[in-house]
Amino acid sequence: MIEVINLNKSFKDNKVLNNLNLTIESGITSVIIGRSGCGKSVLLKHIIGILKPNSGQVIIDGQDVTKLLPKELNKLRLNFGMVFQGAALFDSMTIYENVGFNLIEHTDMDSQTIAKRVKEALALVGLSGIENLRPAELSGGMRKRVGLARAICVRPKIILYDEPTTGVDPIMADAVNDLIKNLHDKLQVTSIVVTHDMVSAYKVGSKISMLYEGRIIETGTPEQIKNTHNPVVKQFVTGAAEGPITAQNKIVNEV
Amino acid sequence: MEKSITRAVSRRLNDLFTYAGATSLLLIKTVFWAFTPPFKIRQILLQMQKVGVESLPIVFLTSFFTGMVLALQSAYQMQRISAQIYIASLVALSMTRELGPVLTGLVVAGRVGASITAELGTMKVTEQIDALETLAANPIKYLVVPRFMALLIMLPLLTLYADCIGIFGGYIIGVFKLHLSPSIYMNMTINPLQLKDVFTGLFKSAIFAAIIVIIGCYEGFRTEGGAEGVGRSTTVSVVTAFILIIAADCLFTALFYFIGR
Repeated sequence: MIEVINLNKSFKDNKVLNNLNLTIESGITSVIIGRSGCGKSVLLKHIIGILKPNSGQVIIDGQDVTKLLPKELNKLRLNFGMVFQGAALFDSMTIYENVGFNLIEHTDMDSQTIAKRVKEALALVGLSGIENLRPAELSGGMRKRVGLARAICVRPKIILYDEPTTGVDPIMADAVNDLIKNLHDKLQVTSIVVTHDMVSAYKVGSKISMLYEGRIIETGTPEQIKNTHNPVVKQFVTGAAEGPITAQNKIVNEV
Repeated sequence: MEKSITRAVSRRLNDLFTYAGATSLLLIKTVFWAFTPPFKIRQILLQMQKVGVESLPIVFLTSFFTGMVLALQSAYQMQRISAQIYIASLVALSMTRELGPVLTGLVVAGRVGASITAELGTMKVTEQIDALETLAANPIKYLVVPRFMALLIMLPLLTLYADCIGIFGGYIIGVFKLHLSPSIYMNMTINPLQLKDVFTGLFKSAIFAAIIVIIGCYEGFRTEGGAEGVGRSTTVSVVTAFILIIAADCLFTALFYFIGR
């Protein structure tokens, strides 16, 4: 279980996370929705310990990530896989080196075993035989899937997805959603998906939480979120141009 | 008015000390990780090829022409007092003590420093550095240490190469244009040269190597704002490295001058 308790984070005068509380249950796919720039990726980076909060805690299996020493944090990170918005593949490496990075760097596995694991991970995302290519030779959708293969190659307990369907065409987006669902069913991992794509959120999520003004304002099943009475959540999930979110922005702009 | 000037000065000083502190911290961490196993020998060798071997042509051209120009300019003065033969010593000492290390440092700062910042800056804005961290790899160990070790080895070697090429440039002018005897020219090159002249140059080049890599990596790591940010960081990195190389050269030249007296 992952517990985020009273998390606060500011960048200069911009308060991004404001006493945020969230509980992520093990073994399910939790989706965090919210507008672009509302702090969803910042929250993910706090969970994996890349960013340090101004105050608050992130408890993973009883350990407070915010207080771990670098060595302990790295040990914990070996249980994680993270899929970045732009895939964040290492340009200077081949796909094999990218996907097998963790195994090459942190295990004593021989190269044959690593090659087998890389092949398996690539097969799971439907990309076989591209080990010797470089990221620049792949399309955006392929890069996303390689990013996913890199995340699952270490057989993590927790996978974090940062906007997995952003920047790919609708068909590829659906394929990525299917992949997230299949991986969850096959590997039984805890998944946290950050997105503003409601089609994706409804498809992959067991639970959906909405992040607004630095806090989680509602959590529920996809059905509950679809039928919400909260006007802010309702405006976001229906994608309406008029509503409390945009009204507040208008007031701020006018002031 | 006075208050605003004081505030501006204190802000500048604050920025300066913050910069000095952050880069010093990066240097300390780099040295710490450089001596902490596992050692990335393959990465270091790759970087040695990139920063050292691939810099050979540009270092050749700059030092060769500088050696020639130095010989020609000194001939202009020396001919008046019929002391052309001292051109050889002048070229040899200027190249080894000063021009070899400084010119090589500046050329490598332009070529390698810019490339380090651009590469790391692009990695930063495309979240590759975040990805490294999520994969439990320390970005300093993985990205800074190989570049630091590679340039620390290669820049003194490049300087030695530049010294030889510069002297060769001077020799071409001395022998073929000024018609000095080749054997006398070589004697006048080697005789006044002491080992310490070469070593002070090499010591300075090792300091320049640290400046180039630390400034290049620091600017790369703090890049923000996409392609524009990468361009801005690269410019800042090269300009800062240039200024620091010249300042460090002045400092160490003065230091060696007083020690050597």
